[in-house]
Amino acid sequence: MTPPGNGAVAVFRVSGKEASLVFKNLAQGELPPPRLASVRWLRKSKSNEKIDRALVIWMPGPESFSGEDVLELHVHGGSAVKIALVKALEDIGNCRLANPGEFSARAFLSGKLDLTEIEGIADLIAAETENQRKQALFQAQGGLSKLYEGWAKRLLSQLAHLEAEIDFSDEPLPQDLNKQIHKELKNISMEMYKHLSDGYRGERLRDGIKIAILGEPNAGKSSLFNILAEKNAAIISEFPGTTRDVLEVKIDIIGMPVILCDTAGIRLPQGKIEAEGIRRSYNEAENCDIKLIVIDGAKWPIIPEKIKSLIDEDSLLIINKSELIKAPRDIKVGIHQGNLISCKELTGIEEIMKKMETILQTKFGRSESAVITRERHRIAVKNCYDAIKRFLKATEIELGAEDLRLAVRSLGRITGKVEVDDILDVVFKDFCIGK
Amino acid sequence: MHDVIVIGGGHAGCEAAAAAARMGAKTLLITAKPESIGVMSCNPAIGGLAKGTLVREIDALDGIMARAADIGGIQFRVLNRSKGPAVRGPRAQQDRKLYRNAVQDLIHVQDNLEIMAGMAEDLIIEEENGVKTISGVILADGQQVKGGSVVLTTGTFLRGLIHIGEEQISAGRIGDKPAIRIADSLNAAGFALDRLKTGTPPRLNASSICWDKLEVQHGDDPIEPFSFLSNKLEIDQVPCHITYTNPKTHSLIKKDLKRSPMYSGAIKGLGPRYCPSIEDKIVRFHDRSNHQIFLEPEGRDDSTVYPNGISTSLPRSTQVEMVRTIIGLEKAEILQPGYAVEYDFIDPRELRQTLETIRIKKFFLAGQINGTTGYEEAAAQGLIAGINAALSTSKSFNFKEAEYNDGFVLGRADSLTGVMLDDLTNLGASEPYRMFTSRAEYRLLLRPDNADLRLTEKGISIGVVGSERANIYRKKSQRIEDCRNQLQNIFFSPNELSDKGIQINFDGRKRSIWEVLGYPEMSLQKLSPFCQQDLKLKTDERSQLEIQARYATYLKRQAADIESFKRDEAVRIPISINYDCVGGLSLEAREKLCAAKPETIGAASRIPGVSPAAILAVLGYVRRQAIS
Repeated sequence: MTPPGNGAVAVFRVSGKEASLVFKNLAQGELPPPRLASVRWLRKSKSNEKIDRALVIWMPGPESFSGEDVLELHVHGGSAVKIALVKALEDIGNCRLANPGEFSARAFLSGKLDLTEIEGIADLIAAETENQRKQALFQAQGGLSKLYEGWAKRLLSQLAHLEAEIDFSDEPLPQDLNKQIHKELKNISMEMYKHLSDGYRGERLRDGIKIAILGEPNAGKSSLFNILAEKNAAIISEFPGTTRDVLEVKIDIIGMPVILCDTAGIRLPQGKIEAEGIRRSYNEAENCDIKLIVIDGAKWPIIPEKIKSLIDEDSLLIINKSELIKAPRDIKVGIHQGNLISCKELTGIEEIMKKMETILQTKFGRSESAVITRERHRIAVKNCYDAIKRFLKATEIELGAEDLRLAVRSLGRITGKVEVDDILDVVFKDFCIGK
Repeated sequence: MHDVIVIGGGHAGCEAAAAAARMGAKTLLITAKPESIGVMSCNPAIGGLAKGTLVREIDALDGIMARAADIGGIQFRVLNRSKGPAVRGPRAQQDRKLYRNAVQDLIHVQDNLEIMAGMAEDLIIEEENGVKTISGVILADGQQVKGGSVVLTTGTFLRGLIHIGEEQISAGRIGDKPAIRIADSLNAAGFALDRLKTGTPPRLNASSICWDKLEVQHGDDPIEPFSFLSNKLEIDQVPCHITYTNPKTHSLIKKDLKRSPMYSGAIKGLGPRYCPSIEDKIVRFHDRSNHQIFLEPEGRDDSTVYPNGISTSLPRSTQVEMVRTIIGLEKAEILQPGYAVEYDFIDPRELRQTLETIRIKKFFLAGQINGTTGYEEAAAQGLIAGINAALSTSKSFNFKEAEYNDGFVLGRADSLTGVMLDDLTNLGASEPYRMFTSRAEYRLLLRPDNADLRLTEKGISIGVVGSERANIYRKKSQRIEDCRNQLQNIFFSPNELSDKGIQINFDGRKRSIWEVLGYPEMSLQKLSPFCQQDLKLKTDERSQLEIQARYATYLKRQAADIESFKRDEAVRIPISINYDCVGGLSLEAREKLCAAKPETIGAASRIPGVSPAAILAVLGYVRRQAIS
């Protein structure tokens, strides 16, 4: 059902064995042709009173989202209409409001969707930015399943060949079988390695990319925070914090979900409360994906060691208060190029925005191939990869086979599972076996 | 009146009868020809990969197959010897006569076991409150034989039909009548029968073969016997020979392919993919220019040769022509033509894991009637059926354990036998079922070398293991355990080890001798300088310890897996479950579950087409039912 509130149209979805009964109760008459939009009057079944003229779509199972019989009712979106329809539905026996996620759960139980596809749909519903939407859609349509199933199939085939070497060793098998198995497994492990070393871009795209603003007190961190938050007008949400705490705002930069954090100034703490704030700043520096390091131009070129040590390849070096620097040439800290801005005069902001976009695009821009979006998948692929690595080192065939079995099972945990009979099918298809 | 009646004197029937008798049940073995008890209908060999492990498991429960094979063996070879112990397979060529006599001797000396000649034709079934129970059988001459429980082992005899080219002979084995009436009475009792097919090659006259042209294969020296009770075997071993088909053979077969009943459509039963006829091999793998043939002797003073690899049902004349295209067989004389045999079997999903039918109480099935192939598979089932037939008739035998109230069941983590029974009763058989090591999830544990350590204690507690074996076993397992404890408690640093010639990482960490024993290329022999006293172990005990140490890390990794497996196995699904009432099951899952009737959640999860989601639905339903 469409969430509460007024809108032009509200959609009600009825799923289950008795969905056709619901139609007969409300619309009275023959079911409309499957999957075609039809217009019908809906009435209260007790009083026969009209509720609304609705667009009705009948989708008999299993060709429906949930795999069950599904009836969709598109009515006018006013609250009164919705309340009347909910009441009318509740008057029909065996009809109740769905629990959160129940339609997806039913689709999963009836085998319409596998786990990665369900996860994709959940992400699609939660998607707030364009890139999130694209990634979730790819996954919901089975893009990830296809990748993992492809690997599972190839692994299974190699495992089958290995099992043939064990169970049919007295049969004439191809001489170079073992060599071929190793070659193919090396290929798979290389592909998996590439997939695993994606810089967590899928997970970041799903959960948000963290950009932390770090620096000394009074360097202009909060000013920069406010400017960036305001520039990216599409503020998604805001988590207010105390002055000593980390301030976060969720913004959209070139279609990517960014969590921008302002932190407490780093210096020798005076008192317990400030010490805690500074500890959190370091924490933030540790956990963020990109650092914006703000340096006070009034003190240039003196930079405290504490700040210097934060600079790395994931940092953007920003020197604020450019109006106070007399000879703005060769602004560098070690090998890192500095960027001059002035929060007061609003100069240099466009330039650092551009640089941030470039970094975001290279680090987290959607690549053509499938990316890992959840920790659950990462662990399974990693376990599979590790098992293949052990197999490639194993000196004894029966121990290698154990590793390969584990590899197949690990991948199976993401999408489905593998049967022994599948292995034997491959063996008998590929080799002439038996006396 | 007998406690247990066993019908059929093949590999399944003999183990069933002997096991029931060992359990203390008064047992009657009914067979058409008592002189044919223990006959090998197909190839003259016992064991092989996975099959050898089954034989060891039978032996661990004091069965007869391993002991008979040690007496009948004329060439012993451990397959996969170059690979690890978990995937080795002891195998022995048999002298048909010696093997048959050994089986008959073991049957005849068994207490509580009586043999009767006769053909069982009908089942006596009683019905009370809708529960059917068997109470005996009726023989061809009308005689009623009453008993507590019945084990039926029909082999290939159930409506057996032999095909040689266009010829069709109603027979269970060449020269032996089929069992027709009993099939009718099974139908009448409500069992659905289906057809399977198997085949056998032509038998050749040894004196007509040019041996000096052929590759020779000798047995192992020293011999590794099958039985844990057998001492060192010292015999003169007989070699096997190897030859190959060639393009000439293949073109001859192709020419007459339409006359093979497999391709003319005369045979409806499905044959095993891993035991294809030579016709099948040539059709399915047409790009191969040769196929291997093992020439196996059928006995020391037997001039029959079994050419393993050219099972066929081509017409007699084509068989002669085909054989004579093969090197060494140019003048070969065929003593008995190859043939295909079709027979009836019952969907094994009709059975509980005890091999009792769900339909009729106290009625057990074992062997090829359950859709399996192979002597060893049949014998292992016979053993389990025999034990459970004895258990089901009376609670007064010499077992006491309450845990066996539901019968004696072996699990997938216990034995290959358990894997087979679980597969059969849950997945059914779409082709004749043969055991492979790859079917076992816990292959490193289910080895041929440790079958006794896995099963004999269980056998002792249920009363199927005699006192002689029990004594020998307990001493052996005690010695192994003592020694393992000792090795686990002696520690040395890398320096100390290196001083006596054992090189390991110099990381300063002290290791137990047990841990060091698990490293590649290590042996008790090499580590003997580190043991305070002489270990006084027998050869098989030494190697047992070495194997255990070697697999220890892998087995530890599997232990968690086995635990979670056992938890799933512990959740029982009531036999009365109505899958229509379980919400959220796809039509496919519902059908599969109804057919397989899995007894546990673990078993349900192994049925193909039943998704993890469906398992969750069933689990939820079972839990809710248990609460209400």
